[in-house]
Amino acid sequence: MTETVEKELTAYLAERTGCEPAADQDLFASGVISSMFALQLVVHLEDEYDVEIIGPDLARENFSSVRAMSAMVQRLRADGAGGPGV
Amino acid sequence: MTDIPTEQATVHRLAVVGAGVMGTNIAVLALGHGLDVTLVDVDDETLTAARRTIRHKLKHAQLLDALPAGRPHGALTTTTSLSDVAGATTVIEAVVEIAEVKRKVLAEVSATVAPGTLLISNTSCVPVDEMAAWVVRGEDLVGVHFMNPSYLIRMVEVIRGSATGDATMTAVGRLLGALNREALVVNDAPGFVINRLLHPLINRAAMLVQDGVASAETVDGLLEGCLGHTTGPLRTADLIGIDNLVDSLRVLHERTGDPECEPCDLMLQKVRDGHHGSKTGRGFYDYQSATEGRI
Repeated sequence: MTETVEKELTAYLAERTGCEPAADQDLFASGVISSMFALQLVVHLEDEYDVEIIGPDLARENFSSVRAMSAMVQRLRADGAGGPGV
Repeated sequence: MTDIPTEQATVHRLAVVGAGVMGTNIAVLALGHGLDVTLVDVDDETLTAARRTIRHKLKHAQLLDALPAGRPHGALTTTTSLSDVAGATTVIEAVVEIAEVKRKVLAEVSATVAPGTLLISNTSCVPVDEMAAWVVRGEDLVGVHFMNPSYLIRMVEVIRGSATGDATMTAVGRLLGALNREALVVNDAPGFVINRLLHPLINRAAMLVQDGVASAETVDGLLEGCLGHTTGPLRTADLIGIDNLVDSLRVLHERTGDPECEPCDLMLQKVRDGHHGSKTGRGFYDYQSATEGRI
């Protein structure tokens, strides 16, 4: 699962930015994510993985690398799956 | 970021007319600083899309630490009724850059609100003095040119018309203080300072692509790498909206006669093709989707 999300995110970033980052590469520091592209990334993660990113999860460290985004997505999906009435 | 006391936010009741790119940007800036906002546009479909856009832009602003930490967001109300601006302390006009549309909206707004209500036009190019003739009290009107995206760029251009009153200048200063913006005040003229410089630059950049001198990526790359332009003129065009740019260039061309302001064929073609920039998913660049590209 982890590997799948990381692969998907890497492919998405490669397509959208022209850079294929390593899983732990700092995407802000290396310039892969610009301030303007960050909005597209939030929308993409929410739409593609059916999660809602809110509150303290909207922090740079959760978007700083493919690995960090993958971990956040999986945590949010797990939280959603375990919620009331599911 | 320097925080502004929450109490300052609560004295303002903001109405924004126009739920397009700039209207939603300004709404995000205000909501994120704790101000309540009434957003007006002509149909429910536009307002539904605007709510989604605003939700995403608030997340964008938070992710980039552009909002005061821990400040509760203001409440958003959307409406298709322009009369709902009546109770606002400030009304910001952010409709398209077509003089007749602005005239109609500003006349109706000024007839609806109480005297002394701050009237702001987020005009791109139409002079404030021209708009002052359309409102009941020209002394209440001032131009504020918010940048795009308004919640990330702190500097704004304030345009004082010849009729703009001292009380209005004080009121706009207070509002911009509550929004944590920095302002520079300029005198009135078509396009003021920013767009009198920027729009002909974008038009010329598009002409260079049209004439096959360089690709959009190369033009932007040179402006970014050599002149320190952060976004490049053509990516900036995609952010502004090429349709809006063409409208603004026409306003400038009609009022200045400057041939550099006559929209070039490539820009006109993109408007005809519906390639208006990031909001439609394609402009000088391709975006994955209009939803992802919209900002």
